Amino acid sequence: MGWLKKHRFLILRRLTQISMIVFYFAANAWGWKVLEGNIGSSLFLGTIPLADPFAVVQMSAAGALLGLDVLIGAVIITLFYAIIGGRAFCSWVCPINMVSDAANRLRRVLRINEVERRVVISRHLRYWVLALSIALSAIFGVAAFEFISPIGMVSRGLIFGIGFGGAVVAGVFLFDLFGVKNGFCGHLCPLGGFYSLIGRFSVIRVKHNQEKCTLCMKCTTICPEKPVLHMIGKRSEFVAMGECTNCARCIEVCDDDALNFNIRLFKQQDKE
Amino acid sequence: MVKGKPPPLSERRRFLLQALQGIGLATLGAVTWSAYLDEAKGSKLFLRPPGALNESDFLSHCIRCGLCVEACPYDTLKLSRVGDNVPLGTPYFTAREIPCHMCDDIPCVPPCPSGALDAVLVSKIDKAGTTKLDIGMAKMGIAIVDSDQCIAYWGIQCDACYRACPLINEAIVIDHSRNDRTGKHALLVPRVVPDVCTGCGMCEKVCVTEKASIFVLPLEVAKGKAGSNYIKGWDEKDEKRLETQRGGGETTVTPTSSQKPVDYLNDEEF
Ligand code: SF4
Ligand code: SF4
Ligand code: SF4
Ligand code: SF4
Ligand code: SF4
Repeated sequence: MGWLKKHRFLILRRLTQISMIVFYFAANAWGWKVLEGNIGSSLFLGTIPLADPFAVVQMSAAGALLGLDVLIGAVIITLFYAIIGGRAFCSWVCPINMVSDAANRLRRVLRINEVERRVVISRHLRYWVLALSIALSAIFGVAAFEFISPIGMVSRGLIFGIGFGGAVVAGVFLFDLFGVKNGFCGHLCPLGGFYSLIGRFSVIRVKHNQEKCTLCMKCTTICPEKPVLHMIGKRSEFVAMGECTNCARCIEVCDDDALNFNIRLFKQQDKE
Repeated sequence: MVKGKPPPLSERRRFLLQALQGIGLATLGAVTWSAYLDEAKGSKLFLRPPGALNESDFLSHCIRCGLCVEACPYDTLKLSRVGDNVPLGTPYFTAREIPCHMCDDIPCVPPCPSGALDAVLVSKIDKAGTTKLDIGMAKMGIAIVDSDQCIAYWGIQCDACYRACPLINEAIVIDHSRNDRTGKHALLVPRVVPDVCTGCGMCEKVCVTEKASIFVLPLEVAKGKAGSNYIKGWDEKDEKRLETQRGGGETTVTPTSSQKPVDYLNDEEF
């Protein structure tokens, strides 16, 4: 039971990630009408369009006058993460998350963190990549990141059975394992950066309770976006930075119940 | 000069160096990325689904969702992967493997959410004024016959492509001529009618030669261009262009340029 409790969100996340791929796959293979398409753009229950807003931004920068379905789909997704989910895409949906979590796990097992040569890349780099994606889209008239996105490659590979995008997975895995901790998702990926930006003000956030905190720092060890936990042991407050992926690992590893999901309404925060 | 430890970098210097490093790395990234995009956009030898916009618009519109692929009942369409030489993740087909079967209801086009496949391009307005999907309007490519390797041109009886064409006798016709080699037989050879051919590739699929001697090429690759200076005098519509020719269009300026081409042609000197 203890293990289950310590991994309850992780299990839920894996379930979400995997069942999405299963539904996509089943739509392609057996014509199920639950979730058709792929992570770039889908049709939910045969009627509701969903689309990757970052791809839509790039395509619009490329000068495309897009179809209504894809625009509506992008608005729906944007609103969902902006109001509710925050950057939850990264830890609950994106297939690359499993790769980077696996690399991190191995890192901890092998204790690579302790011998690591400090390779410094700024976590802001992803915002430069984001800007570059849009600029290059405008220059070349194509959605620039979609041409190299490992997320797209892996998701298409799994769903349409066109190879796994194995080389890309290996690339991200090795980079995260031996290169930089959370190298791809925490530093490079412009989609993660995009969701960090639009998810900034979402209502579902992790909240720290400083009074309960025993300063064990298990949360900052496990967190893929460590800087967002700057308040640990110092102040009781919401994890407010957009880079938090709402993965809830910090909540699970905390033995002292000092972290929990909470609803952040801005009225309430003003009072604090 | 006294050698020793250089003084620690000033804040300002550190900042400038870091900025420089950032700009340098960004430029490196941008250059590599651009080169790749340019290269990827350059490849052209593949066929898009029916109703696809022209290639550059298609590329900016398609979100690579694969809904068209899922809708195709013949598994014709597939999304490209690394090494296919087709812009990554976009739908295409290989006629010699699985051609487009020219479905009457074109199931691949309506699901496209982005407008990369445009139903208007494969629709016709019938007499009653209603718009109806018509796969005959598709322009996925054009079939080209290699008259050197097509065995019908050798005088051997073959009309496999002609029979396989969903637009039999419209998109492919059979031309008759005398076989000069034997002097007593006929040559019955396939000829593609470019206006009608949809580029579905059924002909390429069934061609009996080892490598297909009739094959579909994308329009951009297969078509020549006569240029606006040639006018079909026997075609009323085309001839209309003459009337609007003054000023715009042609740029060659001669002493007679100020006259309308019609007047010029009707001039006494001719
Ligand atoms: S940072 Fe990018 S690759 Fe990582 S989980 Fe988020 S979207 Fe996926
Ligand atoms: S703060 Fe917690 S929920 Fe947010 S990314 Fe870090 S571990 Fe995940
Ligand atoms: S017309 Fe039919 S066979 Fe051709 S690509 Fe579309 S769905 Fe497939
Ligand atoms: S349905 Fe449209 S957007 Fe989706 S892959 Fe096909 S052409 Fe591209
Ligand atoms: S000539 Fe070939 S490509 Fe053209 S419509 Fe007929 S079968 Fe299709």
